[in-house]
Amino acid sequence: MNYKAKHQIKPDGGITRRTALKGLSTAAGLMAAPGFVRYAQAQSSEPIRIGFQCHRTGIGAAYGRWYERVTSAAVKRINDQGGVNGRPLEIVIEDDGTDAARGSEVVAKFANQHKVDLVYGTLFSHVVVAAAPMAGELKIPYYVVSEGYHVASGKMNRYCVQPGITDVKAQVRSVAPWIAQNLGKRVTLVYPDYAFGHDHRDFFEPAITAQGGEVIAKVPIPPTETSFTRYFPQIPRDTDVIYHVMVGPAVLTFVKELGEFFGTGGPQLFGFIDSLEAVDINSPGLEFLDGSHFWEGMPRYAQPDIPRYAASYRETVGIDENGASVNDPNDVSTAGHMFGCWETLYVIKAAMEASGYRGPEDRASLIEATEAMTEFPAGNEHPQGAKIFNGQIHQVFAEQCISQVNGGRLDVVHRTSIEDGMYEPEADYTTMSF
Amino acid sequence: MAFGPYLLLATLEGLVTSAVLALMALGLSLVFGVMRVVNVAHGEFYMLGAVLAWWFASLVSGHPAIGFLLALFASPLIVAAVAFLAERLVLRRLDYEPEATIVATIGLLYIIQQFALTFYGPEARPVEAPFDARIALPWFGYSAYKLAVIVVSVALMLATWLFLTRTRAGLIMRATQSDREMAQAFGIPVDRVYAGVFALGAGLAALAAVLIVPIRQAHYLMGLDPLLLSFIVVIIGGLGSLRGTVVAAILIGLSDGIISMFFSPTLAKMLATFLVALVLVFRPQGLFGAASR
Repeated sequence: MNYKAKHQIKPDGGITRRTALKGLSTAAGLMAAPGFVRYAQAQSSEPIRIGFQCHRTGIGAAYGRWYERVTSAAVKRINDQGGVNGRPLEIVIEDDGTDAARGSEVVAKFANQHKVDLVYGTLFSHVVVAAAPMAGELKIPYYVVSEGYHVASGKMNRYCVQPGITDVKAQVRSVAPWIAQNLGKRVTLVYPDYAFGHDHRDFFEPAITAQGGEVIAKVPIPPTETSFTRYFPQIPRDTDVIYHVMVGPAVLTFVKELGEFFGTGGPQLFGFIDSLEAVDINSPGLEFLDGSHFWEGMPRYAQPDIPRYAASYRETVGIDENGASVNDPNDVSTAGHMFGCWETLYVIKAAMEASGYRGPEDRASLIEATEAMTEFPAGNEHPQGAKIFNGQIHQVFAEQCISQVNGGRLDVVHRTSIEDGMYEPEADYTTMSF
Repeated sequence: MAFGPYLLLATLEGLVTSAVLALMALGLSLVFGVMRVVNVAHGEFYMLGAVLAWWFASLVSGHPAIGFLLALFASPLIVAAVAFLAERLVLRRLDYEPEATIVATIGLLYIIQQFALTFYGPEARPVEAPFDARIALPWFGYSAYKLAVIVVSVALMLATWLFLTRTRAGLIMRATQSDREMAQAFGIPVDRVYAGVFALGAGLAALAAVLIVPIRQAHYLMGLDPLLLSFIVVIIGGLGSLRGTVVAAILIGLSDGIISMFFSPTLAKMLATFLVALVLVFRPQGLFGAASR
């Protein structure tokens, strides 16, 4: 049969009764979807609903998956122990695709459609920077577990808080003295060419200069780059230390090509674990990292002197000795960051209890109660360690770990003090209006 | 680093990009040339090739070359089979209408991508190179595998060229490309040729991916950038022209390597896009493409 005759028959246009019915029933189904359900129950038994802005897809997906696991584990633990003010926590998840525009839409959806009590959980700095104004406009608390300096800089708004993880400025100031004393004073920075990388560039240079060191070259790399060899000639030959902080799926290539380029006997390496979160340190091509050092927010590998609360945290979120999922040793966690979700949820709980939070009408007092906090002792609620919170800049400060790659695992060689990372606040959110 | 070695490194990097780009763009160009289908899902076939390569390589233990060789044969075959199915189930039913097929391949792009995210996951995973050698030059070290990629890619391009010019199947494909209705009048089953070409195009993308995956890891979003570059190459070289595709791939790859090293990667991308604009204005059929009939 002729191919044309067989395949060029077109269905006639117009809407039949059947398609109209289909359309109507779909619309009805959508109306009945969870987002539209109104609560008919009494307020006291209603769960407190937390909108979790999750990087389920996009370049942050590996983080998103672990942020989600830690969040579920923490919420289960909180609910098992009686919830918050006698009410259970309920997590509503929306995927933001690790995308700035989508992130802002998700915050609006949480506030207007899901009508959650607060929004929580964002990591990537470009998403936070894009979504925070929306949270401020809709007057909904926005507890982020990001890392950039944007929250502490005072450029966000009164509703945006970061109580569970330290910012880049503090991390960089904590590790700079150790780098200058142990690795070398002539440093070349290799960083992604956007907000997060710029934080490293802007804060590391003054920090290392204060230690008598100097930054002799800066190598910005576009965030979508997949090949790196072409950038390495920009690294001066007399560099003592390459300070690298790459993110995204191409970091393995970065390390491998660095190894091919320098071979043995190249400069020392100091990296941020952000580069290798969710990546097995024993992956082929990473042998070059042996002996190099990393910043870690919380150790991925269980250390010999691990406190009991940290061990219990690891067990509850389901990671083994090597920081991989207990169900799959190849499923490596983002241990250096994800503790921030756990700790942020416990800060939210404490702030809700302190402010006697009942519902959205108490959002401002929830923020005020958070701002009033000063210290978080180490323990089950704060397994990463003790922390100092500065309510003026909505930012928490903590101890940092410097770990060395030794025979395929990361061993903590130095733990900084909280004070090492602290700096003069440059803003005061508490004077801003709600 | 002195100018000479700097230029050498830039050229080597550019050639690796060219080699992989040429293979991938060739697939895209064949599909468009023969079927007149703009395959937006081409980058996802590439990604699928890389993800399958990881899966095959992780199946076998022992020397990494065994897993890699398995992947090199099996992965393009499976991707070609997937493309064949997609062609039969989707594109054919749309009668290859240009607008409809663009929308359909966009849909295919998302389906394949989300499948990969669901079953493979969000991580970037490496495949071990079949051999691990570093060539130590006086100024810098370079991966021997990268040089092998260039050689293998050239061999594969030659094989494709021989297939298209020296075999009966290639003759049929070229006949279909040059005049579909006339080919049909001569009894060529155009419908089946289309399915074969679509599968072959996807297979070439998968081959390119298997070659690149020991250098850059398999990741579910890896298909987007190469897709854009392939479109650039195909537009510059001329749709459906094998020679044009190769020349344009070398041009784009080398300029990307050299310009981004001496100036900035952004400038390299800008120039490539500018070149596309120039070609579209002054020679819409591409450098080597025949004027449309």
